[in-house]
Amino acid sequence: MSGLRSFVARRLLLGVAQTIAVVLLVFALTEALPGDAAVALAGDQPDPARIAAIREAMDLDRPAYERLADWAFGLLHGDFGTSLTSGRPVTQYIVDGFGPTLLLATLTLALLVPLGFGLGVLAARHEGRLVDRLVSSVTLAVYAVPEFALGVLLVLVLALKLAWLPPTALGYGTDLLAHPAALVLPVLVLLSRPVCSLSRLVRAGMVDALASPYAAHARRYGVPGARVRYAHALPNALAPAVQQLARTVDWLLCGVIVVEALFVIPGLGTVLLNAVAERDVPVVQGLAVVFGVLAVVLNLGADLVAHRLTPRAGVAA
Amino acid sequence: MNDERFPGLRRRGFLAATSGAAALALVGCGGGTDDSTAGGSGTPKRGGRLRAAFAGGGASETLDPHLANLFADVARAKALFDKLADYGADLSAQPRLAEKWESNKTLNRWQVTLRQATFHDGKPVTAKDVLYSYRRIADPKQAFRAKASLEPIDLDASRATGERSIEFVLKRPTAEFPNVLAAFGAYIVPENATEFDKKPIGSGPFRFVSFAPGRSAVFRRYDDHWDGAPLLDEIEFVVANEESARVNALLGGQVEYAHELNPTTARAHEGKGQIDIVRLRNSAMQAFCMKTDRAPFDDKRVREAFFLIADRQELVDGALSGAGEVGNDLFGKGYEYYAADLPQRAQDLDKARSLLKKAGAEKLKVTLDTSAVAAGFTEAAGIFRDQAAKAGVTIDVKMGSKDSYWSDILDNGTLSCYRSGAMPIEAHLSQRLLTDSTTNATKWQHKDFDALYQQAQATRDKTERAAVYERMQRRLYAEGGFLIWGFADWIIGTARTVKGVETKAPANTLDWARFDKVWLA
Repeated sequence: MSGLRSFVARRLLLGVAQTIAVVLLVFALTEALPGDAAVALAGDQPDPARIAAIREAMDLDRPAYERLADWAFGLLHGDFGTSLTSGRPVTQYIVDGFGPTLLLATLTLALLVPLGFGLGVLAARHEGRLVDRLVSSVTLAVYAVPEFALGVLLVLVLALKLAWLPPTALGYGTDLLAHPAALVLPVLVLLSRPVCSLSRLVRAGMVDALASPYAAHARRYGVPGARVRYAHALPNALAPAVQQLARTVDWLLCGVIVVEALFVIPGLGTVLLNAVAERDVPVVQGLAVVFGVLAVVLNLGADLVAHRLTPRAGVAA
Repeated sequence: MNDERFPGLRRRGFLAATSGAAALALVGCGGGTDDSTAGGSGTPKRGGRLRAAFAGGGASETLDPHLANLFADVARAKALFDKLADYGADLSAQPRLAEKWESNKTLNRWQVTLRQATFHDGKPVTAKDVLYSYRRIADPKQAFRAKASLEPIDLDASRATGERSIEFVLKRPTAEFPNVLAAFGAYIVPENATEFDKKPIGSGPFRFVSFAPGRSAVFRRYDDHWDGAPLLDEIEFVVANEESARVNALLGGQVEYAHELNPTTARAHEGKGQIDIVRLRNSAMQAFCMKTDRAPFDDKRVREAFFLIADRQELVDGALSGAGEVGNDLFGKGYEYYAADLPQRAQDLDKARSLLKKAGAEKLKVTLDTSAVAAGFTEAAGIFRDQAAKAGVTIDVKMGSKDSYWSDILDNGTLSCYRSGAMPIEAHLSQRLLTDSTTNATKWQHKDFDALYQQAQATRDKTERAAVYERMQRRLYAEGGFLIWGFADWIIGTARTVKGVETKAPANTLDWARFDKVWLA
C-alpha cells in the first residue's frame, strides 16, 4: 500500500505544480490581452484621463509582478482577493457561480452514469445485431451535433413549438431548484455528447473483454452469462470509462459556457467569460486556481479508481 | 427648454411649459390617440409584475447609479433614481427633479429650483442632496462617467440658496447647462449615501426590493413618486447576454420585455402576432471615423471623396439589415439643432475618383479598424471595402479586440468603424470635436471651430444659437472627419400584454427603458 501512498503524494505535488503553472500562464495571458480592466471599464468613453484615474484606483499602475506577488501572498492566507471591477470578494464570485454549475453537473452525472453504462452494456450484449447498430448509430449521430446546435433545436421544438418546457432559466438564477422544468433542457444538452462517448467506450471495453480467453474460459466452466458479463467483463471496460467520466465531470464543473449562455444559467463559465471581457484579473486567477485544483483532484481520483478496477494495468505517473 | 425668458414672465411661462409637458406625458401614457406608444390602446390598468430582460454586466453589476455604464445599469438606475433633468425625444433637456432653471445674463450662474419630491425613506429631496451627488460624481479620486459632463460646474463655488434651490456657479457661460443636468449618470442620491447594493434609497418611481448581481433586480412601485405612482406593482430586471436567450424567454412567456434585439429577429416576428416589436428610431449613430490630422485624411479632398464613396442605403440594408435610416455625415438626425436643410449626400464615384486624383491619392490604400464590439461593425467594414474598391481605393479591414476597441482607435490608425448612442448635438460637439475634447477620435482640432462652440454657449437667444450650431454643422458636413452613414433603430420586443411603451424615444432618452408609464393589459 505504501506504493500507492507515494503515488498519491507524487501526484498531489505534481498537481500543485500544475495548478501554479496554470495560474501563471493565465496571468500572463490575461496581461497579454490588449487593454486592461481600466480600458475595458471605460468602454466607449475612452477618455485617457479617466482611464488613468481608473487605473490608479485599481492599483493597475503598479508593475504586474508586484500585483501577482500580492495576490499570491493573499492566496496563501486563503484570500482570493477582490474584483477589480466591483470591489467585491472573488470568493463571492466563485461561490455564486459554483451553485448553478454544481447543480447542473450533479444532475447530469446522475443521469449520465446509468445511461452511458446501460447503453454501452446493451450494445455490447447484442454486438453486431440490430440493437447494437441502432445504439451505435444514434450515439454517433448525436455526438456529431455541437451542443449549441442541439440546444437551439431542443429549445425550438420542445419549448417554443410544443411549449412543454421553459426555453431558458431566465430569472430563476437565484433558485434553480425551485424550477426543475427549466433544468430539463440544459441537462439534456449537457448529457448528449458524454452519453455517446461513454457508452461507446463501455461497449468497446465489454466487447473486448467478452471476446477474451478468460471470459470464454469462465463460460466453459459454466459460470452464468450474467456473472461473466457483470463481474468479469464489465470491470475491464470500466477503467477507461472512469477516466473519461473524470474528464466529463471536470468539463461540467468548469462551467459549460455554451449551455450557460443559451439557457441563461449564471454559472462559473459565465463568471469566467465576463471576467475575461472585463480584464478582471483577480477573478480570472481565482477561477484558474479552482479549475486547476478540480482537474488535479478529479484525475487523481479517476486514476485511483482505475487502479482498483484493473490492478494489473499498473499506474503510470 | 425655458432658459431664456424675461424675468417677470419666467415663472409663469415655465409653469405653462411644464404643464404642457405633463399633458403630453399624459397623452403618452393614455396612448389612445397618440401613435408614439406601442400597442397603446385601452385604459391604463394598474398592477402586475413586468419582467424585463437586458444584456448586463454579469457578477460585477452594481446599483450605484453613478457607476452606470451599460444599458441595463441605466434602466435600473432610472427606476430607482431621478436626475434633475432628462432628455426628450429630440434630446432637449426636460425638467425632472428640477422644477425650473434660470440663468443670469451671462449664462454662467444658474438658479435651479427643485420640485417637491421625496426619497423612498420619506425624506425630502433637497439642495444638499443635489450638491452631494454632484460632488461625489466629480470627486477627483473617483472616475465616474458623468464627471466629464459636470466639468463646467464650479462645485466649490456652487451652493444651496434654500431648501430646494441651488445656485450653480459655472466656470464659463454654458447656454446648454440643462443638458448637464440631464447628463448620462448624473443621478441624485441622498446626502452621504455611499452604499448602493444593500438597500439603495432613491427618489425614482420604484423602490428597492432585491438585487442579485448579474441575475435579477426586483423593485416595487413607489406610491409617493412626484410624477405619479407607476402603474406596475413590480418590475424585475433580469440579465441575459445572448440575444437568442432574450428572444426565447420572451416567446416562452418568461419575460414581458426584451431589450436590444437583432433586426433579423425583429423581421421574423414583426406582425406575426406573437410578440410586439418596438423600433426606437435614431438611436445609434453609425459612422466611419477618419483621423483628420494624418495622411491620407489630412487632405479634405480625400475626406470628401470618402463621403462620396459611401452608398449609405446599401450600408443600412447590409450592416443594419435595413433597421435604420441613412445619415448625412452629421450627428443627431431628428434632434434639436440638427441641420436638416443640408442636401442628402449620395454616392458619386466619378466625383470621388476625381477628388482623389486631385489630392494625389490615386491607388490609395487604407486600413479600416473594426471589431465585433457593436452590431453591424464588421459587416459595415466589409461593405465599405467593396464600395471603396469601385473608386480605386483599397481598404484593408483589420479586426481588433472588442474589449479595448474604443481605447485602441482613439489615437491609433487612420480609419475606423464608429458609433454613438443618443446625446444632444451640443454634447457630441463638446465631447468629440473641440481641441480639448476628451474623446476626439477624428482629431478635429480647429481654434475657429472651438470659438464657434464658445460663442454658441454664450448666446442667450435660442434662434441665434441655432444659427451658430448650423454654421458648425455646415463645416462638418463639408470637411469633417465623421462619415456618418446611418442611424440604427434600437429594437425592443414586448409581450402583447405590455402597453404604453414609448416608441419616440431614442436609447438613452427619458422615455427609453422607462417603466413607470407602462402597464400590463
